[in-house]
Amino acid sequence: MSASAEATVLITHEVGLHARPSVKFTKLAKTFAAEVEVALAANGPWFDAKSIVKVMAAKAPKGTVLHIRARGAGAGEAVGALVELVRRDFDEGADHARTA
Amino acid sequence: MPEPLRLTGISASAGYAEGPLYILDPVAAPYAGKASAADERLALETAIEAATSRLATLIEAVEGDAADILEFQIAMLEDDALTGPPFAAIDSGQPADAAWRQALDAEIVGYETSDQDYFRARAADMRDIRDQVLRALTEDSEAGAPAGAIFYGEDIAPTRFLETDWSSGGGIALKAGSAASHVAMLARSRGVPMVVGLGAVGLGASPAHLAGVALLDAEHGGIVLAPSKAEIEAFRRSSSSFAARRDRAETFLARPAATKAGTAVRVLVNIADPSDVEAIDISTCDGIGLMRTEFLFGKTLPDEETQYRAYRKVLEWAGEKPVTIRTVDAGGDKPVPGFTVEEGNPFLGLRGIRLSLARPEIFRVQIRALLRAAMHGNLKVMFPMIAVMDEYQRAAALFAEEQSGLSARGVAQKMPPLGIMVEVPSVAIAPEAFSGVAFFSIGSNDLTQYVMAAARDNASVAHLNSVRYPAVLRLIASIAAFGQERKIQVSLCGDAGGDPAAIPALIEAGLRDLSVVPAQLAMAKAAIADVSI
Repeated sequence: MSASAEATVLITHEVGLHARPSVKFTKLAKTFAAEVEVALAANGPWFDAKSIVKVMAAKAPKGTVLHIRARGAGAGEAVGALVELVRRDFDEGADHARTA
Repeated sequence: MPEPLRLTGISASAGYAEGPLYILDPVAAPYAGKASAADERLALETAIEAATSRLATLIEAVEGDAADILEFQIAMLEDDALTGPPFAAIDSGQPADAAWRQALDAEIVGYETSDQDYFRARAADMRDIRDQVLRALTEDSEAGAPAGAIFYGEDIAPTRFLETDWSSGGGIALKAGSAASHVAMLARSRGVPMVVGLGAVGLGASPAHLAGVALLDAEHGGIVLAPSKAEIEAFRRSSSSFAARRDRAETFLARPAATKAGTAVRVLVNIADPSDVEAIDISTCDGIGLMRTEFLFGKTLPDEETQYRAYRKVLEWAGEKPVTIRTVDAGGDKPVPGFTVEEGNPFLGLRGIRLSLARPEIFRVQIRALLRAAMHGNLKVMFPMIAVMDEYQRAAALFAEEQSGLSARGVAQKMPPLGIMVEVPSVAIAPEAFSGVAFFSIGSNDLTQYVMAAARDNASVAHLNSVRYPAVLRLIASIAAFGQERKIQVSLCGDAGGDPAAIPALIEAGLRDLSVVPAQLAMAKAAIADVSI
């Protein structure tokens, strides 16, 4: 039996899902066995969330609603953890506190 | 000795450097092809591993932003999505170097053609990755640069920057490059002088120019090749004065600006993008004197919501301090597809308010966003390129119409004070026609170029582009006096406002409100403290 999960989250990080945030994002995605993908719209195109080349190619700027979906073992945990990472602003809150 | 050659660019990190040029060459060593596809694969694998381990070694020695950049490069090199296509090309008969170069060039083009500055600047990282592997493949070792050298070339790789010992000086002078690049960010944080956008060297450059000592002025954005003795002496004076000013400036940043005699001067900042405010501590400035809105007008025209959010963000950041937003100043040297028109003489054509009034359907969207954003802070709005009062009245009438429209629909809104830029000489010469405006903001860059008839994007007439010519200063003094007499606030938001050499003359001309780029805030305050008025 194959589990699957899907969720959306708003990117609030100033530079979007680029460079440093995308390194953190793909690193976290790789810790899950499930196949994980991201997209900028519900109907795709979908990009491999474990590939920094693909995630960068999605060119998701700040204000984008990111769609995340996973299939296979631990799909729910994978989506949950990635959504949390984006929601926590990639753990760079301190850098952005001044603008709050 | 060849004649001195002066090139002008854009400062990406302020400072001065005098030293030999070190020419940044593209990878040129020939690649020795292997006997079989399997050997080609092995060669590429080995080269990628070599590049990765070099990055891993480098990462040990750095921290913060620099480490993040290297980690990003390592993640790229470890990604099969990047390395898969070149290995596939090798299997179909390509040599390793060509396979790698083609695959990476395709990625690089994707970055270069992005409409986001941030994303476009990552092309330099991809070129860095490409060249590191190519160098490993061809066993091309980069020649060491002499201590204190000025790196000169198309662009410089972030890894090259990080491997260089900057403790004995040196700087970076790039023909292309970007102030948003990783290297520019690193250069600013480490105080390495850097100029970008110098362009291709003209026909005047000879090998002798490139062989000698060069003077890099990254305060104003330029380099002199084969300088004369007099130039070297003048350069050294500017350089030590800069160093002294910078050291002193930091102590002024936290205090309100005042002259030696105690005259208070308000110092505000100019921003071009809402994210600029992240690097600024609001307590160190008196507000935003100029927020440009051209950034919103990239490849597509922005909708009302996008604009509203951008304005609101800055207004909320500034709290009670004033934020002066300039309505879109497209045209001139700032074309916008689908909005501006092609013209033979764009600086004198349909730009600024002229264009906004010619395209009211686009202007009205911006007006609605501004009226709504005004609810969230101390907003002031100004119109660029006003030449006659009629333009102001038509723009103000559009604001009034949109206000009643919003209010009829029950949308929260507020009319901000509406002022004008003083940049067309007609306003500065006869300000009495404009006594009905809420405030004046002198755009000294354009005012100077129109008064001196010297295009500011033309290096050959750069010597005429100074606010300190009496004709320009007299106009500034006259508008300041007019404002004082009629109780209309007059500020200045051009580059001159942050230029320590121009500040005494501007204060003498009667100005008490200057708006400067954030990087010049401390220096401007220090320069003000030296003025005796």
